[in-house]
Amino acid sequence: MAFLIIDRRQQGKQKSAVNRQRFLKRFRKHIKEAVTDAVNKRSITDMERGEEISIPKKDIAEPIFRQGKGGKQRRVLPGNKEFIRGDRINRPKGGGGSGGKASNQGEGMDEFVFELNQQEFLDFMFEDLELPNLVRKQLKDSDSYKLVKGGYLRDGIPARLNVVQSLRGAKARRIALGGAIRRDIKALEQELEALADEEDSAERREITCKLDRARRRLNHIPFLDDFDLRYNNMIRQPTPTTSAVMFCLMDVSGSMTQDIKDLAKRFFVLLHLFLRRHYEKTEVVFIRHHTKADEVDEEEFFYSRETGGTVVSSALELMKTIVAERYPTDSWNIYAAQASDGENWQDDSPKCRDLLVKNLLPLVQYYAYVEISSGREQELWQTYSEIPELFPDRFAMRNVKEPADIFPVFRDLFERKPK
Amino acid sequence: MSKREPILEGSEWTFDALEAFEEEIGRIAADRYRLDTYPNQIEIISAEQMMDAYSSVGMPIGYHHWSFGKQFLSTEQRYRKGHIGLAYELVINSNPCIAYLMEENSLTLQALVIAHACFGHNSFFKGNYLFREWTDASAIVNYILFARNYISECEERHGVEAVEALLDSCHALMNLGVDRFRRPRPISADQERQRQKEREDYLQQQVNDLWRTIPQKKQEPEEKWPRFPSEPQENLLYFFEKNAPLLEPWEREIVRIVRKIAVYFYPQRQTKIMNEGWATFWHYNLMNDLYDEGLISEGNVLEFLQSHTNVVYQPDFDSPYYSGLNPYTLGFAMFSDIRRVCEAPTDEDKRFFPDHAGGDWLDTVHHAMANYKDESFILQYLSPKVIRDLKLFSIMDDDADSAISVTAIHDDFGYRQVREELADQYNLSKQEPDIQVWEVSLRGDRSMTLKHIQRDRIPLDEDDAKEVLKHVHHLWRFDVHLESLRDDNVHRVYHCNAEKVWVDSGDSNKSAAAS
Repeated sequence: MAFLIIDRRQQGKQKSAVNRQRFLKRFRKHIKEAVTDAVNKRSITDMERGEEISIPKKDIAEPIFRQGKGGKQRRVLPGNKEFIRGDRINRPKGGGGSGGKASNQGEGMDEFVFELNQQEFLDFMFEDLELPNLVRKQLKDSDSYKLVKGGYLRDGIPARLNVVQSLRGAKARRIALGGAIRRDIKALEQELEALADEEDSAERREITCKLDRARRRLNHIPFLDDFDLRYNNMIRQPTPTTSAVMFCLMDVSGSMTQDIKDLAKRFFVLLHLFLRRHYEKTEVVFIRHHTKADEVDEEEFFYSRETGGTVVSSALELMKTIVAERYPTDSWNIYAAQASDGENWQDDSPKCRDLLVKNLLPLVQYYAYVEISSGREQELWQTYSEIPELFPDRFAMRNVKEPADIFPVFRDLFERKPK
Repeated sequence: MSKREPILEGSEWTFDALEAFEEEIGRIAADRYRLDTYPNQIEIISAEQMMDAYSSVGMPIGYHHWSFGKQFLSTEQRYRKGHIGLAYELVINSNPCIAYLMEENSLTLQALVIAHACFGHNSFFKGNYLFREWTDASAIVNYILFARNYISECEERHGVEAVEALLDSCHALMNLGVDRFRRPRPISADQERQRQKEREDYLQQQVNDLWRTIPQKKQEPEEKWPRFPSEPQENLLYFFEKNAPLLEPWEREIVRIVRKIAVYFYPQRQTKIMNEGWATFWHYNLMNDLYDEGLISEGNVLEFLQSHTNVVYQPDFDSPYYSGLNPYTLGFAMFSDIRRVCEAPTDEDKRFFPDHAGGDWLDTVHHAMANYKDESFILQYLSPKVIRDLKLFSIMDDDADSAISVTAIHDDFGYRQVREELADQYNLSKQEPDIQVWEVSLRGDRSMTLKHIQRDRIPLDEDDAKEVLKHVHHLWRFDVHLESLRDDNVHRVYHCNAEKVWVDSGDSNKSAAAS
């Protein structure tokens, strides 16, 4: 009998990838809620991993007409031990025994559970977010190119074959190679015409013979030769890239309790993750301040415990200095996010405002201020509240009260706005 | 017969060994047991590919739809958590017969699976009357390919959302897409492609009957207006394909595709016991024969017996592992019992089965395989011995009664009743609600009325029915009513218009409940 054994193991595994995407798309609302919940619950050290998502089964059911409970239901079961005909059994509590068929998705669980992988999780987390006002500046890093046409080549891949050029070349070659022969033919034809009157003479036969040979030679010139082929040449041209730097300014003064600091860090972790994922070439500058501001590395920013009084303007001063030294605005998009509990040294707040309005805001694309306080608006908030009117596109401030606020506020600040 | 050397020992399989098994099993199956099969195409796949195959519900290639993604995610989740193991094999009713074998099966399992799928299921697909009449094994792969391409073309032209919504609606009515009492025409992908264009145009003209508004001379009185449809229609999808007034040609074609696929699966839904029983019966016999000939070693045959025992394990009804009757167990027990009744009949067997007791067992099982479906197979062949072995008993749960009563057990009074009720349990037309297109209001608002006839006072599942009605409305696009009849009285009436679905209790004519 004819048969065939095929090893399919090396072939694509992801046959269901499209269907999986369709599923995620259809239930994106549910999944987004679950992702938001998950982000709020997670500790700041493990923001980026997959997540088990559960959706109420009811919402994803595929209904069909089926028999419900009630009426006379008969059933045959295996494994009788003590029953005899006519026995009566009380109904088991909770439902009339054999109702409709159980769903095929699992044993009566109410939730449909599945695993969202890390990629998908982060996609949902940062969906529709962007850095506002990002513009392309200056030819910088050398790894952003676009391909442009630049003449023709004799070699290349078939996809780049330029038909018009090739045929044009072929025609020129055919004309050039055939010129002499065509001249001969013309001469021979004239001779033949001159001899038209004569009957079948030897001379005439010879000319006809020569003519045939010449025509054959002409036919042997190939219509298209390897030699004629021309390919489009593509050259790489550098394009301006988006280069951006994000300043993270965090207050670590004594008034920031452990809880408040944790919220602030949560915010910056999200920000950091978002930048790493969507804007690979973004630089991040971490500034932490109490009475004095320091530029620190990521590790220290998130984990160090240094503390002291509060002078917010020190951080802004430091930012100003760093921008002037390292990030000229003609080649950098500058962003800043500031988190604080809003308490400040007397008289320092107006100074902060002036620094922002005069020196910093003209330079940056976007400045976000997050105040973490459970009670009334604090000093800094009040001082800052005049700024949004002056720079409606560039300055945003939000208040955060509890962990659950962080992610919504974050989304709110970086929501993609309709253009 | 002189004993031969085992083909291979241990647990690692090789391609050579698979080939040798295919050949040897094929030899025994054809020469000794007259199993007639399609050519085999064995495909070795990994666990992940098996999950892919699962989620396309037994089609080698499927069109794209979110529900298949859901299936995949759920399989993946449960497999990862260890709630389920994956099947050793998956076999497709096609010519050549495609069987997927998991790479991680041991040598013994591969041999078992080849016997089970490539010869058991395969010969069932080729021999059983339902499959012969309802499916065309050589055309199905091409047809599904055509369907897939057509649907993705529609997605490009009309948008994924529109196609998805339509498929949702069609899937909801898939079980009502079959003419139970008529034989379908075989499908052929080439013809389908060729005729699809003509059909689109033609159909669109036909539908316009519903739209014919030009008055025809003097109108006759209302009762003379012909009833439409002239007879109730049980095939809802077919009815929509031909008559739904507002469907676009491409939408009709998709309705047709889903309907054709429903027809393809219809025999499988009616032969679960027989199909699995037949395959299990043959893998058991074939593997034992291989062992008798010395082609598999002692160790491997023990492994086989253990797997086989697991496959035919039937937990009792009160066990936590119970999830219905195991089709492998029942089917295997019945086919084995037919052989026993033929070879060593008792007096009881002679009384119950005068036709085949003491007859030729091979002829009898072939006859049973070819000419029955689950329901009639049980009715014809379920013997008292099998009822006793499985200790089957039947119960009745009547909501008018305060308790569930045991109506029959495995004794002389009970055999016939257990057998009839078990047969009913596999009778699709008794397990699925009976719903038909009753009438379309041609003169009025073009609303459609469906009728559900309750059997044994069993109502529709109300929540689901409401959801499905929305899908019916999506296809018909005018108001839809569903009357549920209990003993000729209207028990419930479901209504669906463009905004909402609601239910009336049918006792009075006034509308009561609303949702």
